[in-house]
Amino acid sequence: MPYVVRRPDRNLWEQSYVPETVRGLGVTLRHFFRNVFGRRDTVTLLYPEQRRPYPPRFRGLHRLTQRDDGAPRCTACLCCQTACPAECIHIVAGEYPPEHPLAHVEKYPVEFWIDELRCVSCGLCVEACPCDAIRMDTGLHPRPVEARPHLIYERNLLLSISDTAGNVHTANPRKK
Amino acid sequence: MNAFFVWMTVAKIVAFVLFILTGGALMVWVERRLSAMMQDRVGPHRANLGRFRLWGLIHILADGLKMMVKEDFIPRRADRLLHALAPILAFFPVVVTFAVVPFGPTLDFAHLGAVNHEGPLFSGPWATTLQVATIDVGLLFVLAIAGTGVVGAVLAGAASDNRFSLLGSLRAASQMISYEVTLGASLVGCILVFGTLRIEQMVLWQHQHVWGILVQPLAFLLFLVAGIAESKRVPFDLPEGESEIVAGYFLEYSGMKFAMFFLGELMEIVVLAILLTVFFLGGWDVPFLFADGLHVDLPFLDTWVWNWPHGVVVLVQLLGFTVKVGAMVFLQMALRWTLPRFRYDQLMDLGWKVLLPLSLGNIAVTAVVLAALR
Repeated sequence: MPYVVRRPDRNLWEQSYVPETVRGLGVTLRHFFRNVFGRRDTVTLLYPEQRRPYPPRFRGLHRLTQRDDGAPRCTACLCCQTACPAECIHIVAGEYPPEHPLAHVEKYPVEFWIDELRCVSCGLCVEACPCDAIRMDTGLHPRPVEARPHLIYERNLLLSISDTAGNVHTANPRKK
Repeated sequence: MNAFFVWMTVAKIVAFVLFILTGGALMVWVERRLSAMMQDRVGPHRANLGRFRLWGLIHILADGLKMMVKEDFIPRRADRLLHALAPILAFFPVVVTFAVVPFGPTLDFAHLGAVNHEGPLFSGPWATTLQVATIDVGLLFVLAIAGTGVVGAVLAGAASDNRFSLLGSLRAASQMISYEVTLGASLVGCILVFGTLRIEQMVLWQHQHVWGILVQPLAFLLFLVAGIAESKRVPFDLPEGESEIVAGYFLEYSGMKFAMFFLGELMEIVVLAILLTVFFLGGWDVPFLFADGLHVDLPFLDTWVWNWPHGVVVLVQLLGFTVKVGAMVFLQMALRWTLPRFRYDQLMDLGWKVLLPLSLGNIAVTAVVLAALR
Protein backbone atom coordinates (compact mmCIF):
# COMPACT_ATOMS: atom_id res chain seq x y z
CA MET A 1 0.00 0.00 0.00
CA PRO A 2 1.46 3.36 -0.97
CA TYR A 3 1.96 5.80 1.84
CA VAL A 4 3.19 9.33 2.18
CA VAL A 5 6.48 9.93 3.95
CA ARG A 6 5.78 12.72 6.38
CA ARG A 7 8.44 15.36 6.35
CA PRO A 8 9.38 16.67 9.77
CA ASP A 9 7.74 20.00 10.48
CA ARG A 10 10.28 22.70 9.92
CA ASN A 11 9.67 26.39 10.21
CA LEU A 12 11.34 29.11 8.22
CA TRP A 13 13.87 29.73 10.99
CA GLU A 14 15.15 26.19 10.73
CA GLN A 15 14.88 26.09 6.92
CA SER A 16 17.12 29.14 6.61
CA TYR A 17 19.96 26.82 7.72
CA VAL A 18 22.25 29.43 9.21
CA PRO A 19 20.85 29.66 12.77
CA GLU A 20 20.65 25.90 13.05
CA THR A 21 24.25 25.63 11.83
CA VAL A 22 25.28 28.06 14.54
CA ARG A 23 23.43 25.92 17.09
CA GLY A 24 25.25 22.85 15.79
CA LEU A 25 28.56 24.71 16.02
CA GLY A 26 27.69 25.39 19.65
CA VAL A 27 27.35 21.67 20.31
CA THR A 28 30.68 20.96 18.60
CA LEU A 29 32.45 23.70 20.53
CA ARG A 30 30.91 22.62 23.83
CA HIS A 31 32.35 19.15 23.33
CA PHE A 32 35.68 20.57 22.21
CA PHE A 33 36.19 22.88 25.17
CA ARG A 34 34.95 20.32 27.66
CA ASN A 35 37.40 17.75 26.31
CA VAL A 36 40.34 20.15 26.19
CA PHE A 37 39.87 22.16 29.37
CA GLY A 38 37.37 20.32 31.53
CA ARG A 39 36.58 16.74 32.31
CA ARG A 40 37.02 14.43 29.38
CA ASP A 41 34.07 12.73 27.76
CA THR A 42 36.30 10.32 25.88
CA VAL A 43 35.57 6.69 26.62
CA THR A 44 38.62 5.37 24.78
CA LEU A 45 40.65 2.77 26.63
CA LEU A 46 44.38 3.18 25.93
CA TYR A 47 44.71 -0.51 25.30
CA PRO A 48 48.15 -1.86 26.10
CA GLU A 49 48.36 0.28 29.26
CA GLN A 50 44.75 0.03 30.33
CA ARG A 51 42.77 -3.18 30.00
CA ARG A 52 39.14 -3.79 30.50
CA PRO A 53 38.68 -6.66 33.01
CA TYR A 54 37.07 -9.70 31.43
CA PRO A 55 33.88 -11.09 32.91
CA PRO A 56 34.52 -14.14 35.13
CA ARG A 57 32.89 -16.53 32.65
CA PHE A 58 34.99 -15.30 29.72
CA ARG A 59 36.02 -18.26 27.55
CA GLY A 60 39.69 -17.89 26.87
CA LEU A 61 42.48 -20.27 25.93
CA HIS A 62 41.97 -23.91 26.97
CA ARG A 63 43.88 -25.54 29.77
CA LEU A 64 44.07 -29.16 30.94
CA THR A 65 43.69 -29.44 34.69
CA GLN A 66 46.18 -31.46 36.74
CA ARG A 67 45.75 -33.99 39.52
CA ASP A 68 47.50 -33.27 42.81
CA ASP A 69 50.48 -35.31 41.60
CA GLY A 70 50.70 -33.36 38.32
CA ALA A 71 49.19 -36.05 36.10
CA PRO A 72 46.40 -34.93 33.75
CA ARG A 73 42.85 -35.30 35.06
CA CYS A 74 41.85 -36.24 31.53
CA THR A 75 40.87 -39.90 31.11
CA ALA A 76 40.88 -39.76 27.30
CA CYS A 77 37.16 -40.48 27.07
CA LEU A 78 36.99 -38.46 23.83
CA CYS A 79 33.81 -36.65 24.95
CA CYS A 80 35.30 -33.24 24.15
CA GLN A 81 36.64 -34.43 20.84
CA THR A 82 33.16 -35.69 19.96
CA ALA A 83 31.39 -32.56 21.17
CA CYS A 84 33.70 -30.14 19.40
CA PRO A 85 31.84 -28.59 16.43
CA ALA A 86 35.06 -27.23 14.95
CA GLU A 87 36.86 -30.56 15.20
CA CYS A 88 39.91 -28.93 16.65
CA ILE A 89 40.66 -31.48 19.38
CA HIS A 90 42.66 -34.61 18.69
CA ILE A 91 43.36 -37.17 21.43
CA VAL A 92 45.49 -40.30 21.34
CA ALA A 93 44.43 -42.46 24.29
CA GLY A 94 46.74 -44.76 26.24
CA GLU A 95 46.42 -47.17 29.21
CA TYR A 96 48.24 -46.97 32.53
CA PRO A 97 50.21 -50.17 33.22
CA PRO A 98 48.76 -52.30 36.08
CA GLU A 99 51.60 -51.44 38.52
CA HIS A 100 51.13 -47.66 38.01
CA PRO A 101 49.71 -45.77 41.03
CA LEU A 102 46.98 -44.40 38.80
CA ALA A 103 46.11 -47.79 37.34
CA HIS A 104 42.55 -47.46 38.73
CA VAL A 105 41.96 -44.54 36.31
CA GLU A 106 42.78 -46.92 33.47
CA LYS A 107 43.16 -44.38 30.58
CA TYR A 108 45.11 -41.21 30.00
CA PRO A 109 45.85 -39.02 26.95
CA VAL A 110 49.19 -39.91 25.39
CA GLU A 111 48.74 -37.02 23.05
CA PHE A 112 46.25 -34.15 23.35
CA TRP A 113 46.21 -31.59 20.57
CA ILE A 114 44.05 -28.48 20.29
CA ASP A 115 44.18 -26.37 17.16
CA GLU A 116 43.54 -22.93 18.69
CA LEU A 117 43.07 -21.44 15.22
CA ARG A 118 40.16 -23.73 14.45
CA CYS A 119 38.57 -23.36 17.89
CA VAL A 120 35.39 -21.29 17.84
CA SER A 121 35.46 -20.74 21.63
CA CYS A 122 32.01 -22.26 22.05
CA GLY A 123 32.88 -24.01 25.32
CA LEU A 124 31.16 -27.27 24.39
CA CYS A 125 34.29 -29.26 25.26
CA VAL A 126 34.15 -27.86 28.79
CA GLU A 127 30.47 -28.75 29.04
CA ALA A 128 31.09 -32.25 27.71
CA CYS A 129 33.98 -33.16 30.03
CA PRO A 130 32.84 -35.48 32.85
CA CYS A 131 36.10 -35.06 34.80
CA ASP A 132 36.50 -31.27 34.70
CA ALA A 133 39.78 -31.93 32.87
CA ILE A 134 39.44 -29.24 30.22
CA ARG A 135 38.60 -25.68 31.16
CA MET A 136 38.55 -22.29 29.42
CA ASP A 137 38.96 -20.11 32.51
CA THR A 138 42.48 -18.89 31.69
CA GLY A 139 41.41 -15.37 30.64
CA LEU A 140 44.05 -15.55 27.89
CA HIS A 141 44.00 -15.14 24.14
CA PRO A 142 46.08 -17.35 21.86
CA ARG A 143 49.33 -15.47 21.59
CA PRO A 144 50.45 -14.11 18.21
CA VAL A 145 52.77 -16.50 16.36
CA GLU A 146 54.76 -16.48 13.16
CA ALA A 147 53.44 -19.72 11.68
CA ARG A 148 50.13 -21.53 11.96
CA PRO A 149 51.52 -24.81 13.36
CA HIS A 150 52.68 -22.89 16.44
CA LEU A 151 49.06 -22.47 17.48
CA ILE A 152 48.37 -26.22 17.60
CA TYR A 153 48.91 -26.70 21.33
CA GLU A 154 50.07 -30.04 22.70
CA ARG A 155 49.34 -31.83 25.98
CA ASN A 156 52.11 -30.60 28.25
CA LEU A 157 51.67 -26.99 27.17
CA LEU A 158 47.95 -27.19 27.87
CA LEU A 159 48.67 -28.78 31.23
CA SER A 160 51.02 -25.96 32.17
CA ILE A 161 48.52 -23.15 31.61
CA SER A 162 46.85 -21.91 34.78
CA ASP A 163 43.55 -20.16 35.39
CA THR A 164 43.36 -16.43 36.16
CA ALA A 165 44.21 -17.12 39.82
CA GLY A 166 47.33 -19.11 38.89
CA ASN A 167 45.75 -22.46 39.76
CA VAL A 168 46.67 -25.46 37.60
CA HIS A 169 44.29 -27.84 39.40
CA THR A 170 40.57 -28.03 38.96
CA ALA A 171 38.68 -25.02 40.25
CA ASN A 172 35.67 -27.16 41.08
CA PRO A 173 35.98 -28.86 44.50
CA ARG A 174 33.04 -31.12 43.68
CA LYS A 175 35.17 -32.85 41.06
CA LYS A 176 37.99 -33.77 43.47
CA MET B 1 65.08 48.16 -7.87
CA ASN B 2 68.00 48.12 -5.47
CA ALA B 3 69.73 45.21 -3.79
CA PHE B 4 67.79 45.73 -0.55
CA PHE B 5 64.50 45.33 -2.42
CA VAL B 6 65.65 42.13 -4.14
CA TRP B 7 67.02 40.57 -0.97
CA MET B 8 63.95 41.53 1.02
CA THR B 9 61.69 39.99 -1.62
CA VAL B 10 63.67 36.74 -1.53
CA ALA B 11 63.62 36.75 2.26
CA LYS B 12 59.87 37.38 2.29
CA ILE B 13 59.20 34.58 -0.20
CA VAL B 14 61.28 32.15 1.87
CA ALA B 15 59.63 33.25 5.11
CA PHE B 16 56.11 33.04 3.71
CA VAL B 17 56.61 29.68 2.02
CA LEU B 18 58.02 28.34 5.28
CA PHE B 19 55.04 29.84 7.10
CA ILE B 20 52.61 28.17 4.71
CA LEU B 21 54.31 24.78 4.73
CA THR B 22 54.55 24.83 8.52
CA GLY B 23 50.92 25.86 8.62
CA GLY B 24 50.00 23.01 6.30
CA ALA B 25 51.91 20.49 8.39
CA LEU B 26 50.31 21.86 11.53
CA MET B 27 46.93 21.52 9.86
CA VAL B 28 47.48 17.76 9.64
CA TRP B 29 47.77 17.74 13.41
CA VAL B 30 44.86 20.14 13.82
CA GLU B 31 42.72 18.01 11.54
CA ARG B 32 43.44 14.83 13.47
CA ARG B 33 43.79 15.97 17.04
CA LEU B 34 41.25 18.82 17.26
CA SER B 35 38.63 16.80 15.44
CA ALA B 36 39.21 14.04 17.97
CA MET B 37 38.61 16.51 20.77
CA MET B 38 35.39 17.66 19.09
CA GLN B 39 34.18 14.09 18.72
CA ASP B 40 35.01 12.86 22.23
CA ARG B 41 37.92 10.78 20.93
CA VAL B 42 41.55 10.76 22.03
CA GLY B 43 43.21 11.23 18.66
CA PRO B 44 46.81 10.49 17.68
CA HIS B 45 49.15 10.66 20.66
CA ARG B 46 51.46 7.65 20.33
CA ALA B 47 54.36 8.97 18.26
CA ASN B 48 57.12 10.09 20.59
CA LEU B 49 60.72 11.19 20.78
CA GLY B 50 61.79 9.38 23.89
CA ARG B 51 59.55 10.65 26.65
CA PHE B 52 58.13 13.59 24.67
CA ARG B 53 54.79 13.15 22.98
CA LEU B 54 53.80 16.86 22.68
CA TRP B 55 50.07 16.16 22.37
CA GLY B 56 50.62 14.12 19.22
CA LEU B 57 52.57 16.85 17.41
CA ILE B 58 55.33 14.37 16.63
CA HIS B 59 52.87 12.54 14.39
CA ILE B 60 53.64 15.30 11.85
CA LEU B 61 57.21 13.96 11.60
CA ALA B 62 55.99 10.38 11.46
CA ASP B 63 53.46 11.25 8.73
CA GLY B 64 56.05 13.11 6.68
CA LEU B 65 58.54 10.26 6.94
CA LYS B 66 55.88 7.75 5.96
CA MET B 67 54.82 9.79 2.92
CA MET B 68 58.40 10.03 1.71
CA VAL B 69 59.25 6.34 1.90
CA LYS B 70 55.95 5.05 0.56
CA GLU B 71 55.73 3.47 -2.87
CA ASP B 72 54.87 5.94 -5.62
CA PHE B 73 52.19 3.97 -7.43
CA ILE B 74 51.08 4.78 -10.98
CA PRO B 75 48.26 2.74 -12.55
CA ARG B 76 49.40 0.76 -15.58
CA ARG B 77 47.11 2.46 -18.10
CA ALA B 78 47.33 5.93 -16.55
CA ASP B 79 48.70 8.91 -18.44
CA ARG B 80 52.10 9.11 -16.76
CA LEU B 81 52.80 12.76 -17.60
CA LEU B 82 49.42 14.13 -16.54
CA HIS B 83 49.36 11.84 -13.52
CA ALA B 84 52.60 13.42 -12.34
CA LEU B 85 51.57 16.94 -13.36
CA ALA B 86 48.19 16.98 -11.59
CA PRO B 87 49.42 17.20 -7.98
CA ILE B 88 51.76 20.04 -8.94
CA LEU B 89 48.91 21.92 -10.60
CA ALA B 90 46.74 21.36 -7.54
CA PHE B 91 49.45 22.46 -5.10
CA PHE B 92 50.81 25.47 -6.99
CA PRO B 93 47.82 27.86 -6.83
CA VAL B 94 47.50 27.36 -3.09
CA VAL B 95 51.06 28.53 -2.50
CA VAL B 96 50.98 31.35 -5.04
CA THR B 97 47.87 32.96 -3.53
CA PHE B 98 49.98 34.00 -0.55
CA ALA B 99 52.13 36.24 -2.77
CA VAL B 100 49.68 39.15 -2.73
CA VAL B 101 48.48 38.85 0.86
CA PRO B 102 49.75 41.55 3.24
CA PHE B 103 50.73 39.88 6.50
CA GLY B 104 51.47 43.20 8.18
CA PRO B 105 52.00 46.92 7.51
CA THR B 106 55.22 48.44 6.24
CA LEU B 107 58.26 47.54 8.31
CA ASP B 108 61.14 50.02 8.48
CA PHE B 109 64.40 48.42 9.58
CA ALA B 110 66.05 51.82 10.16
CA HIS B 111 63.49 52.97 12.73
CA LEU B 112 62.55 49.81 14.63
CA GLY B 113 62.90 51.54 18.00
CA ALA B 114 61.41 54.91 17.05
CA VAL B 115 57.77 55.91 17.20
CA ASN B 116 56.23 55.97 13.72
CA HIS B 117 54.06 59.01 13.00
CA GLU B 118 53.79 58.45 9.26
CA GLY B 119 50.96 55.92 9.23
CA PRO B 120 51.03 52.17 8.54
CA LEU B 121 51.99 52.29 4.84
CA PHE B 122 54.97 54.43 3.80
CA SER B 123 58.16 54.15 1.80
CA GLY B 124 61.76 54.63 2.75
CA PRO B 125 65.25 53.38 1.95
CA TRP B 126 65.05 50.61 4.59
CA ALA B 127 61.30 50.12 4.54
CA THR B 128 59.58 47.04 3.17
CA THR B 129 55.96 45.98 2.96
CA LEU B 130 55.21 42.66 4.61
CA GLN B 131 53.81 41.34 1.34
CA VAL B 132 55.69 39.61 -1.45
CA ALA B 133 54.05 41.36 -4.40
CA THR B 134 52.21 44.67 -4.16
CA ILE B 135 50.27 44.59 -7.42
CA ASP B 136 47.35 46.80 -8.40
CA VAL B 137 45.07 43.88 -9.35
CA GLY B 138 45.68 41.99 -6.10
CA LEU B 139 42.11 40.80 -5.58
CA LEU B 140 41.67 39.76 -9.21
CA PHE B 141 44.95 37.85 -8.95
CA VAL B 142 43.59 35.92 -5.97
CA LEU B 143 40.40 35.02 -7.83
CA ALA B 144 42.26 34.08 -11.01
CA ILE B 145 44.66 31.81 -9.15
CA ALA B 146 41.81 30.26 -7.18
CA GLY B 147 40.15 29.52 -10.50
CA THR B 148 43.08 27.42 -11.69
CA GLY B 149 42.75 25.10 -8.71
CA VAL B 150 40.16 23.06 -10.56
CA VAL B 151 42.67 22.09 -13.28
CA GLY B 152 44.70 19.88 -10.97
CA ALA B 153 41.64 18.08 -9.68
CA VAL B 154 40.26 17.44 -13.17
CA LEU B 155 43.60 16.28 -14.57
CA ALA B 156 44.15 13.95 -11.62
CA GLY B 157 40.85 12.21 -12.22
CA ALA B 158 41.20 12.08 -15.99
CA ALA B 159 44.77 10.75 -15.94
CA SER B 160 44.20 8.04 -13.35
CA ASP B 161 42.24 5.58 -15.51
CA ASN B 162 39.80 4.91 -12.70
CA ARG B 163 36.06 5.45 -12.77
CA PHE B 164 35.85 6.64 -9.20
CA SER B 165 38.59 9.16 -9.91
CA LEU B 166 36.83 10.37 -13.03
CA LEU B 167 33.54 10.75 -11.14
CA GLY B 168 35.35 12.65 -8.44
CA SER B 169 37.00 15.04 -10.86
CA LEU B 170 33.70 15.61 -12.70
CA ARG B 171 32.09 16.50 -9.40
CA ALA B 172 35.03 18.70 -8.47
CA ALA B 173 34.87 20.55 -11.80
CA SER B 174 31.16 21.33 -11.69
CA GLN B 175 31.23 22.21 -7.99
CA MET B 176 34.25 24.49 -8.15
CA ILE B 177 33.07 26.31 -11.25
CA SER B 178 29.61 26.81 -9.74
CA TYR B 179 30.88 28.23 -6.50
CA GLU B 180 33.57 30.35 -8.12
CA VAL B 181 30.82 32.63 -9.38
CA THR B 182 29.64 33.31 -5.85
CA LEU B 183 33.21 33.56 -4.62
CA GLY B 184 33.89 36.41 -7.00
CA ALA B 185 30.49 38.08 -6.75
CA SER B 186 30.56 38.20 -2.96
CA LEU B 187 33.79 40.19 -3.09
CA VAL B 188 32.37 42.83 -5.46
CA GLY B 189 30.58 44.38 -2.47
CA CYS B 190 33.95 44.69 -0.75
CA ILE B 191 35.48 46.28 -3.82
CA LEU B 192 32.64 48.82 -3.91
CA VAL B 193 33.04 49.70 -0.25
CA PHE B 194 36.82 49.78 -0.13
CA GLY B 195 37.10 51.43 -3.55
CA THR B 196 40.24 49.53 -4.56
CA LEU B 197 41.52 46.22 -5.86
CA ARG B 198 44.84 46.56 -4.02
CA ILE B 199 44.73 44.23 -1.07
CA GLU B 200 47.04 46.35 1.09
CA GLN B 201 44.73 49.34 0.46
CA MET B 202 41.70 47.24 1.38
CA VAL B 203 43.33 46.40 4.70
CA LEU B 204 44.29 50.05 5.16
CA TRP B 205 40.65 51.09 4.63
CA GLN B 206 39.55 48.66 7.31
CA HIS B 207 42.33 49.94 9.57
CA GLN B 208 41.13 53.52 9.15
CA HIS B 209 37.38 52.86 9.25
CA VAL B 210 35.80 49.56 10.38
CA TRP B 211 36.35 45.89 9.67
CA GLY B 212 34.78 44.54 6.48
CA ILE B 213 32.54 42.11 8.33
CA LEU B 214 30.63 45.07 9.83
CA VAL B 215 29.91 46.72 6.47
CA GLN B 216 29.54 43.50 4.45
CA PRO B 217 28.22 40.82 6.83
CA LEU B 218 26.33 38.94 4.12
CA ALA B 219 29.36 38.92 1.85
CA PHE B 220 31.39 37.40 4.69
CA LEU B 221 28.91 34.55 5.00
CA LEU B 222 28.72 33.99 1.24
CA PHE B 223 32.50 34.10 0.86
CA LEU B 224 32.93 31.65 3.73
CA VAL B 225 30.46 29.16 2.24
CA ALA B 226 31.78 29.49 -1.31
CA GLY B 227 35.34 29.27 -0.04
CA ILE B 228 34.68 26.04 1.83
CA ALA B 229 33.04 24.67 -1.33
CA GLU B 230 36.12 25.71 -3.30
CA SER B 231 38.41 23.88 -0.90
CA LYS B 232 36.22 20.78 -1.34
CA ARG B 233 35.74 20.11 2.35
CA VAL B 234 32.81 18.95 4.42
CA PRO B 235 29.92 19.75 3.93
CA PHE B 236 30.95 20.18 0.29
CA ASP B 237 33.27 17.16 0.03
CA LEU B 238 31.39 15.43 -2.77
CA PRO B 239 34.49 15.26 -5.00
CA GLU B 240 36.07 13.04 -2.35
CA GLY B 241 32.94 11.45 -0.92
CA GLU B 242 34.62 8.58 0.93
CA SER B 243 31.39 6.63 1.33
CA GLU B 244 30.48 6.91 -2.35
CA ILE B 245 33.58 7.11 -4.55
CA VAL B 246 36.36 6.00 -2.20
CA ALA B 247 38.62 9.05 -2.37
CA GLY B 248 37.52 10.77 -5.56
CA TYR B 249 40.03 12.32 -7.88
CA PHE B 250 43.15 11.45 -5.86
CA LEU B 251 42.21 7.82 -5.38
CA GLU B 252 45.11 6.54 -7.50
CA TYR B 253 47.77 8.61 -5.75
CA SER B 254 50.17 7.51 -3.06
CA GLY B 255 53.30 8.70 -1.35
CA MET B 256 54.39 12.29 -1.85
CA LYS B 257 51.97 12.88 -4.73
CA PHE B 258 49.09 12.07 -2.43
CA ALA B 259 50.69 14.25 0.22
CA MET B 260 50.66 17.17 -2.21
CA PHE B 261 46.91 16.83 -2.71
CA PHE B 262 46.38 16.31 0.99
CA LEU B 263 48.59 19.19 2.10
CA GLY B 264 47.22 21.37 -0.67
CA GLU B 265 43.71 20.81 0.58
CA LEU B 266 44.71 21.51 4.17
CA MET B 267 46.63 24.63 3.13
CA GLU B 268 43.55 25.81 1.26
CA ILE B 269 41.94 26.06 4.68
CA VAL B 270 44.73 28.40 5.72
CA VAL B 271 44.39 30.34 2.46
CA LEU B 272 40.66 30.76 2.98
CA ALA B 273 41.25 31.82 6.58
CA ILE B 274 43.82 34.40 5.43
CA LEU B 275 41.54 35.76 2.71
CA LEU B 276 38.64 36.02 5.17
CA THR B 277 40.95 37.84 7.56
CA VAL B 278 42.22 40.22 4.92
CA PHE B 279 38.87 41.08 3.34
CA PHE B 280 36.56 40.98 6.36
CA LEU B 281 38.49 40.94 9.62
CA GLY B 282 40.80 43.87 9.03
CA GLY B 283 43.95 41.93 8.13
CA TRP B 284 46.76 43.04 10.43
CA ASP B 285 44.57 45.65 12.12
CA VAL B 286 44.41 45.35 15.89
CA PRO B 287 41.68 47.41 17.60
CA PHE B 288 42.95 50.66 19.17
CA LEU B 289 46.46 50.04 17.83
CA PHE B 290 47.75 52.59 15.35
CA ALA B 291 51.14 53.10 13.74
CA ASP B 292 52.40 55.24 16.63
CA GLY B 293 50.91 53.21 19.46
CA LEU B 294 47.71 52.57 21.40
CA HIS B 295 44.85 55.07 21.03
CA VAL B 296 42.08 54.34 23.49
CA ASP B 297 39.30 56.53 22.18
CA LEU B 298 36.11 55.84 24.11
CA PRO B 299 33.08 58.13 24.20
CA PHE B 300 32.82 60.52 27.21
CA LEU B 301 36.48 59.94 28.03
CA ASP B 302 39.62 61.74 27.01
CA THR B 303 41.61 60.13 24.22
CA TRP B 304 44.46 58.29 25.82
CA VAL B 305 47.58 57.70 23.73
CA TRP B 306 50.43 55.38 24.61
CA ASN B 307 53.26 55.54 22.08
CA TRP B 308 54.93 52.25 21.20
CA PRO B 309 58.10 51.77 19.14
CA HIS B 310 57.55 50.90 15.49
CA GLY B 311 58.96 47.37 15.79
CA VAL B 312 56.66 46.45 18.68
CA VAL B 313 53.59 47.77 16.87
CA VAL B 314 54.34 45.71 13.77
CA LEU B 315 55.02 42.64 15.88
CA VAL B 316 51.69 42.96 17.70
CA GLN B 317 49.92 43.48 14.41
CA LEU B 318 51.54 40.37 12.94
CA LEU B 319 50.42 38.48 16.04
CA GLY B 320 46.91 39.86 15.64
CA PHE B 321 46.89 38.66 12.04
CA THR B 322 47.98 35.18 13.09
CA VAL B 323 45.35 35.01 15.84
CA LYS B 324 42.61 35.98 13.38
CA VAL B 325 43.78 33.41 10.86
CA GLY B 326 43.85 30.79 13.62
CA ALA B 327 40.31 31.68 14.64
CA MET B 328 39.08 31.34 11.05
CA VAL B 329 40.85 27.99 10.68
CA PHE B 330 39.20 26.83 13.89
CA LEU B 331 35.80 27.99 12.62
CA GLN B 332 36.23 25.90 9.47
CA MET B 333 37.32 22.89 11.52
CA ALA B 334 34.29 23.19 13.79
CA LEU B 335 32.04 23.51 10.72
CA ARG B 336 33.62 20.40 9.25
CA TRP B 337 32.71 18.34 12.29
CA THR B 338 29.24 19.87 12.65
CA LEU B 339 27.62 19.53 9.24
CA PRO B 340 26.84 16.41 7.22
CA ARG B 341 27.58 16.23 3.51
CA PHE B 342 25.14 17.80 1.04
CA ARG B 343 23.34 15.74 -1.55
CA TYR B 344 24.45 16.64 -5.07
CA ASP B 345 21.22 18.39 -6.12
CA GLN B 346 21.21 20.28 -2.83
CA LEU B 347 24.75 21.42 -3.54
CA MET B 348 23.83 22.78 -6.95
CA ASP B 349 20.59 24.31 -5.60
CA LEU B 350 22.50 26.07 -2.86
CA GLY B 351 25.12 27.36 -5.26
CA TRP B 352 22.90 28.63 -8.09
CA LYS B 353 19.54 29.33 -6.45
CA VAL B 354 20.57 30.69 -3.07
CA LEU B 355 24.15 31.93 -2.92
CA LEU B 356 24.34 33.51 -6.38
CA PRO B 357 21.08 35.56 -6.09
CA LEU B 358 22.08 36.58 -2.58
CA SER B 359 25.50 37.75 -3.72
CA LEU B 360 24.00 39.66 -6.67
CA GLY B 361 21.47 41.23 -4.30
CA ASN B 362 24.29 42.15 -1.97
CA ILE B 363 26.07 43.94 -4.82
CA ALA B 364 22.90 45.86 -5.76
CA VAL B 365 22.10 46.91 -2.18
CA THR B 366 25.71 47.92 -1.53
CA ALA B 367 25.80 50.01 -4.70
CA VAL B 368 22.51 51.75 -3.89
CA VAL B 369 23.56 52.49 -0.31
CA LEU B 370 26.94 53.82 -1.43
CA ALA B 371 25.30 56.01 -4.07
CA ALA B 372 22.84 57.35 -1.51
CA LEU B 373 25.60 58.15 0.97
CA ARG B 374 27.70 60.00 -1.59
